[in-house]
Amino acid sequence: MSTLTRVVPAGFDVERIREDFPVLKQSIHGKPLVYLDSAATAQKPNAVIDAIRRFHEVDCANIHRGVHELSQRSTAAYEETRAKAKKFLNARTKNELIFVRGATEGINLVASSWGRGNVKPGDEIVISALEHHSNIVPWQMLCEDKGAKLRVIPMNDRGELLLEEYEKLLGPRTRMVAVTHVSNALGTINPVGRIVEMAHRAGALTLIDGAQAAPHMKIDVQALDADFYTFSGHKVFGPTGIGILYGKTRLLNAMPPYQGGGDMIKTVTFEKTTYADLPYKFEAGTPNIAGGIGLGAALDYVNSIGLDTIAAYEHELLVYGTEALGEIPGLRIVGTAKEKAAVLSFVIDGIHPHDIGTVLDRQGIAVRTGHHCAQPVMDRFRVPATTRASLAFYNTFAEIDALTAGLQKVKEIFS
Amino acid sequence: MVDDLYQEIILDHSKHPRNCHPMEDATRKAEGYNPLCGDKLKLFIKVEDDIVKDVSFVGSGCAISTASASLMTESLKGKTRDEALKLLERFHDLLTTDSPVSHELGKLVVFCGVRDYPARVKCATLAWHTLKSALNGAAEPVSTE
Repeated sequence: MSTLTRVVPAGFDVERIREDFPVLKQSIHGKPLVYLDSAATAQKPNAVIDAIRRFHEVDCANIHRGVHELSQRSTAAYEETRAKAKKFLNARTKNELIFVRGATEGINLVASSWGRGNVKPGDEIVISALEHHSNIVPWQMLCEDKGAKLRVIPMNDRGELLLEEYEKLLGPRTRMVAVTHVSNALGTINPVGRIVEMAHRAGALTLIDGAQAAPHMKIDVQALDADFYTFSGHKVFGPTGIGILYGKTRLLNAMPPYQGGGDMIKTVTFEKTTYADLPYKFEAGTPNIAGGIGLGAALDYVNSIGLDTIAAYEHELLVYGTEALGEIPGLRIVGTAKEKAAVLSFVIDGIHPHDIGTVLDRQGIAVRTGHHCAQPVMDRFRVPATTRASLAFYNTFAEIDALTAGLQKVKEIFS
Repeated sequence: MVDDLYQEIILDHSKHPRNCHPMEDATRKAEGYNPLCGDKLKLFIKVEDDIVKDVSFVGSGCAISTASASLMTESLKGKTRDEALKLLERFHDLLTTDSPVSHELGKLVVFCGVRDYPARVKCATLAWHTLKSALNGAAEPVSTE
């Protein structure tokens, strides 16, 4: 038992919340599951599981097509999620929310559709040293295709972006600045409001990858003035295969469709097709209806706890975890930004993350080991990989104690 | 328990890898890479008259991949090319099938625990994949993916 301080926000009952997550009530290798991999995917509350089950049991039909009762029900439930996403991100209208498979597809949609008409040889796209591969590769592909140049905002040893260096990268050729709101590998919370403002001053657009931010903090796309913002459903306690791309109406209207097919058209003849209005122009084919409905339930669930409460509790877990891990000799936390989400990425002298991950797993503790789809971040810190414990509001102080005890066992085996 | 995987001999070879240095007069070299964990390995082999005279490696990896490379280098010396490739097959069977343990494996049987850790099979086979590529003279770095 640690002697570190445990602070819990008033009215927050983690044990009651854990009751909502059936997956957490199991043993792994004979030990209670300690799930510390929510940045990879978050667990799902009963509310989400039930909404998806209900859709398949009671309301299942294709959307936007039938006049029959089931189709109307499924359409209403699916479209309600769009309205919930509008509120979640504080967008201006529902039409600015496009359903996508996840943040990866959201970024690819913009790189492909916006990039097609707006990037020319010699133009520049700015990303950051903190990006997940999903916010690097689509832009790299675009740059290769168009003869444009990819520029990268560097970071310091704490894992914070260097805004003065960013300022120098901006210029008349900058077309797009695409940065993550929260780093998946290190937990750094970027000052995206300032990043957007500086990009706009240079005449560039902005895309914010919110995959790691959406589960942990309030997002207001109008206050940020982001041109595009995207997040994944499965990281915000919803199902996989669904996510949201927000874009400003003016920009989305000017962009060509991303994919062609049913549902994204007004009229089709062999000579000419006219496209549907927003948001359907970007939604070809039968979508992930169950996923969309599940995402709606997930957003409701998160709102029922409140993102301010979530952020406050997770911050306490982070402070506690940082201190607890800091007491382990030979352990170094990678990513020590002042503004940080509840991610503890670390290395231990002489012990490879995969060995750490295996030994922890045998004690029921699930962590992520590897490069976290952020190889340039690993290169920057000159490590091949890290062990990452990522926390959510269903985690407890006792689980952090279990992690530190597990790491003692790791050290016993390998020292 | 996890001790089945991390047997004493594996821990020993991971902490004190044998034949862990570059070799200037190697007749064959190959590089291996496991993109899943970022493990990298360079293998050096000196083959004379179809006999493996010497083997060494350099690289960074987890305990399983380092110990596997170390024990591999020990078990290859004096083998013909065909014998080395055959040993690779036996080793692969040890990790991925329930077939009876071959006596040809010698010390390498300590890796039998890896069978129960499917996510770690690639760690144990990286050095051996690289060996195959070195013996077959491939120019491109070999990947476990």
